[in-house]
Amino acid sequence: MGASQSARTEHEFQDLADRTGFSLEQIGNLNKRFRQLSKNEETLSRQDLASISALDNNPLRAQIINAFFDKRNLRQNEAGTVQVIGFEEFLMVMSHFRPAAMHITEEEREKLRREKLRFVFNMHDTDSDGTITLEEYRRAVEELLSKAGTIGQETAKAIADAAMLEVASTTRGKMEPDEFYEGITFENFLQILKTFDIETRMHVRFLNMDTATMRCGK
Amino acid sequence: MRTMGGFSQMKLAVNFLTIGLVILSLPCGSYTEIPPKPPGSLTVLPPVKPAGGPQAFPDAENSNLPAFTMDYARIQVPFEVTLWVLLASFAKIGFHVYHKITFWVPESCLLISIGLIVGAIMHSVHEEPPAVLSYNVFFLFMLPPHRTGVWILYAPRDRSSRTWEPVLWFAVVGTLWNSIGIGMSLYAVCQIEAFEVQDINLQENMLFAAIISAVDPVAVLSVFEDVSVNEQLYIVVFGECLFNDAVTVVLYNMFIFVADMPVVEPVDVFLGVARFFVVGLGGMGFGVIFGFVASFTTRFTSNVREIEPLFIFMYSYLAYLVAELFSISSIMAIVTCALTMKYYVEENVSQRSCTTIRHVVKMLGTISETLIFFFLGVVTITTEHEWNWGYIMFTLLLALVWRGLGVLVLTQIINPFRTIPFNFKDQFILGYGGLRGAISFALVFTLPDSIGRKKLFVTTTICMIMFTVFIQGISIRPLIEFINVRRTNRNLETINVEIHSRLIEHTIAGVEDLCGQWSHYYWKDKFLKFNNRILRKIPIRDNRAESSIVALYKKLELQNAMGILDTVSGDINAGSSIVPLHEEKKSSGKPKRKFVAADLMNMHDILSKNMYKIRQRTTAYTTKHSLPNDSRTKEILIRRHTSIRRSLGPGSFNGPNEAKSQKYFSLPPGKSLDSKFPPQRLRHTGNDDDETMSEMDYPSARSRFNQPSRSSSRAMLPLRRLNTLTEVPSSSVVDLVDERSGGRGAWGRGMSRLNSSSSDSRIPAPRRHHDPSNGPDNGSSGDHGSGDNGPEGEQQPLSPTPAWAAEPGDRDDSGTQKPLLRPQWKTRKP
Repeated sequence: MGASQSARTEHEFQDLADRTGFSLEQIGNLNKRFRQLSKNEETLSRQDLASISALDNNPLRAQIINAFFDKRNLRQNEAGTVQVIGFEEFLMVMSHFRPAAMHITEEEREKLRREKLRFVFNMHDTDSDGTITLEEYRRAVEELLSKAGTIGQETAKAIADAAMLEVASTTRGKMEPDEFYEGITFENFLQILKTFDIETRMHVRFLNMDTATMRCGK
Repeated sequence: MRTMGGFSQMKLAVNFLTIGLVILSLPCGSYTEIPPKPPGSLTVLPPVKPAGGPQAFPDAENSNLPAFTMDYARIQVPFEVTLWVLLASFAKIGFHVYHKITFWVPESCLLISIGLIVGAIMHSVHEEPPAVLSYNVFFLFMLPPHRTGVWILYAPRDRSSRTWEPVLWFAVVGTLWNSIGIGMSLYAVCQIEAFEVQDINLQENMLFAAIISAVDPVAVLSVFEDVSVNEQLYIVVFGECLFNDAVTVVLYNMFIFVADMPVVEPVDVFLGVARFFVVGLGGMGFGVIFGFVASFTTRFTSNVREIEPLFIFMYSYLAYLVAELFSISSIMAIVTCALTMKYYVEENVSQRSCTTIRHVVKMLGTISETLIFFFLGVVTITTEHEWNWGYIMFTLLLALVWRGLGVLVLTQIINPFRTIPFNFKDQFILGYGGLRGAISFALVFTLPDSIGRKKLFVTTTICMIMFTVFIQGISIRPLIEFINVRRTNRNLETINVEIHSRLIEHTIAGVEDLCGQWSHYYWKDKFLKFNNRILRKIPIRDNRAESSIVALYKKLELQNAMGILDTVSGDINAGSSIVPLHEEKKSSGKPKRKFVAADLMNMHDILSKNMYKIRQRTTAYTTKHSLPNDSRTKEILIRRHTSIRRSLGPGSFNGPNEAKSQKYFSLPPGKSLDSKFPPQRLRHTGNDDDETMSEMDYPSARSRFNQPSRSSSRAMLPLRRLNTLTEVPSSSVVDLVDERSGGRGAWGRGMSRLNSSSSDSRIPAPRRHHDPSNGPDNGSSGDHGSGDNGPEGEQQPLSPTPAWAAEPGDRDDSGTQKPLLRPQWKTRKP
C-alpha cells in the first residue's frame, strides 16, 4: 500500500463519514473488521458473516445476516437482496445502529425513530411486500425464542398470535367477526411501538479505540 | 396510633435507660458468633451486670421467702433494647397508616422528628441518652445489617456493567473530591478571625470534611423509586449509598491517625494512598473469600435445612468482623460477601431458606435504619452543642457547592464514555440528592475527645444532616417532578414492545459481535465461561436434580399442571359440547378480542424468562416493600426449568401434549380481579392445530415466586375456567376430575376426545401421590436422573417417558413434599 493508496482511502473515508455519520476512527476500525471478516477481499459474502463464531448463539443470527444483504437497508429504495456487499454497504447497514446525538430536535428524533424502526420492520418483512404477515411474525418470534430451549414452537406461535391480536386491536379498534387482518403495515408498526424508545435502545457503541488489537494486547 | 404506641413505650424506655453504657462495657470479642442483628442479638448474650446503670427497682431487703421479687438489673439490657426496637417499629407502623405522610415527607425525616420528641422528653426528665452510638456498637451491630439491608432493599435489578461504570467513579472519586475540597476550603474559612475558629488546624478540618462528605441518600433512593427516575441515575445514587461509606470510613481512619500527628510528612501521604487501596481491595478480597466458603458450606447442608440461613448470616458477619479485625473496609467485605453468596448459595439452599434469608435481611436492614435515624433525633436533643454561625453556615454552603461542582466535573469527565450521557437535569438531581445520613452522624460521634472542637463538629454535622434530610429530602420529590427528569417507563408494556425490546437486544448483541466490538461484554463473557466451567463446580452441589429448588419447582409445576388441566377440561367440555371443532376452525383467522391482563402478564413472563441468556437487560428495579426480592431466584428457577424440561423429555408438561390440546389464554386460578374482562378464546388464522398457550408453559411467575408460601394453596382456589360459550355445569367438571383421577387411561381418553392426534405418552401422568414407587414411575425416575445434564446439557433424545413420574427428589424429602401436595388433591376429589 503506497502513500497514494492511503490518501485515497482517507478521502474515501471522509466521504463515507459524511454520508454515514461515523467518525473517521470508527470507520477505520470498521474497515479493519471488514477486512478481517472478508479475508482482505473487497466484498463480503454471507458465508463470511456466517462464519463468525460469536454469532453462533444468537437466535437472530440469520435475520441479522440477512439484514446486511437487504437492499432496503442500504438506504436505497428498492427491494431484494444482494449476494455480496462492499465496505460502503457494510457501513450503511451499521449506521442504523449509531447512537443518537446528544442534542437533537424532536423532528430529528422522529426521523431517527422511523429509520431504526424501518430497519426492524425490514427484518420481519422477509418478502419485502410492505406488511408483516402473521406467518412472518410467527417466524420472527420463533427464532427469537429458539435458543431458549425451554419453550416449543407452539408457545412462540401463541405469543406471535397474541402480539398480532394486539396489533389488530390497537390499530383497527373493533373488528368485525369475519374481518381478516392481513398484516402489519409500517404505519401500524410505528403505532404499536409508540411507547418503545427505540432511538435510545437500538445503538451499538462504536468505539473509537481499536478493540481488536486491545484484546490481543490484554 | 403512632403516638399511642410511642408514648406507652417511651415511658418505660425513659425509665430504664442505660442501654448503651452497658453495651459499651461488653467485651467485643465474646460475641463474634452472634448474627448481625444489632439490638436483638443482645438478647442472646449472657446477662451482664450493668456496671454503673441506675437500678430502678432495687431489691427489697427481705429475710422471708419473698412472694414477689423483681430483678430488673438482670434483664435490663435486653429489656431496654427490645423496648427501643419496639418503639422504633411502632413509629414505623404509624407512618404507614397514613400513606400521604410518607409520600411527601421521607421516612427518615419522620423518624428524626419522633427521635426529637423522645429526646426532648428524655432531656426534660434528665435521662441519659442511649449511648448506642459508640463506635463499636454502631459499627458492629447497626451498620452491617443496615448496609446489607440497603443492598437488598434498593438493589437495582440491572447488573449490566454499562450502568455500573459510573458508580465507582462517583462513589470513590466523588467522595475524595468532596472531602478534600471541603476540607481545604473550610481550613481557609477558619482563618477568618471573626469566626473565632482559628484553632482548628488543617488535619482536623480534613477529618471533619471526610465525615461530612459521606453521602447517604437512602431517602433519595426511596423517592427515586417512587417516581421511577431513569435507572442510571438510580444506580449512581444507589452505588454512592453503598460505596461511599466504605470510602469515608477509610478516609476517616486515615485522618484520625493524621490528626494526632504533629507533622505530616510527604511519605505519610503516600502511605495513606496505599492504605486506601489496601483497605478497599482487602475488604473485597475478604468478602469474596468468605462468600465462597459459605457457598461451599451450603453444599453440605441439604440435611439440615433449618440452619441454612444461619450459615449465610454467620459467614457474612464473620466477613465483616474479620475485616474489622484487620481494619480494612468491612462494609466492602460484607457487601462483596453477600454478592458472592447470592451468586452461588441460592442454588444450594432450599427455597424456604432463601425466603427466610431475604426476610431476615430486610427486617434487620429496616430496623437498623429506623433505629439510626431515631437515635439521631434523640441524640440531637440530649447532647451539648457548640453553636458557631460562621462555621456551620460555611460548612453547609461549601458542602453544597463542592457537591455541585463535583457532580458537574465528574459527569463532564465521564459523559464522553457513555452512550446515554447524564444531562443537566440528571446532574442537578444528582448534586441535589447529596443527603447526609447515618454514617456522618456515627462518625462524628465517635470522634476521640482529643479533638478540641468536637462539640462544634457534632453540632455542625447534625445541622448538616438536618438541613439535607429535611429541606433537600422533602423538596427533592417536587423538584424531580417539576423539572421532569427522565423516567423509566414502568408500565406494563404491550407484547409487541416486549418482543421488540428483546429483539433489539439480540440484534445489538449480534451486531456487536459482527463488528467485532465487544466493548463491555468480552471480559464478562470470559469470566462467565470460567465460572461455569470451574468455579461453579466447587461450591454447588453436583447432583442438581436433588436440589430443593428443583423439587419445589417440580411441585409448583405439578400444581400448575393440575390447575391447567382442570381449566382445559372445562373448556373441552364447553367446546366439544356446544360448538364442533371444525366450526371453530372456520372462524379462525380473525383475531377477535383483546386479552385479559393476566394473559399479558403471562406472556411477558414467558418472554422475559426465555430471554435469560441475553447479555444485557435493563429492567426496573425492585420495589422496596415487595418481599422477597425474587429476581435471582427466578433466574435460577428458570435454569432449572430448562434442565427439567430437557431431562424429562417429551412427556413433560411442555411437550407436544399441550401443543395438541385445546389451550387457552387462561387466567391463573384465583385471579378473579381481572374478571371484568370477558373470558376469551384465542383463535387464529387457518392453521390446523389450534395454537395455544397453556399456563403450564409459564406457570405464572408472580404467584409462584413472590409468594412461595401461598403457592401450595393455589390449587385450592376456585379455578377460573375460560370457557367462552357457556358456563359448564359444575357437575360435568367434577365428572371429568373423577375420570382423570381414576387413572391415566381414562384421562387420556378425555384428552384425546378433543385432540385426536395426541398420544397417550404425551399426557401428563397421573398425580404423583398415587404411588411414587410403582412400576412405570420407577423406570422413569431412573431415566430422569441420568438424563439431567443441567442447563447446558444436550437436548435429550425424546424418550417416551411418562411425564410426572417420580423425581429423584422424592426419595429424599417426600415427607416434606407430601403435606404440601396432599390437601389439594383431597379437595379435588369430590
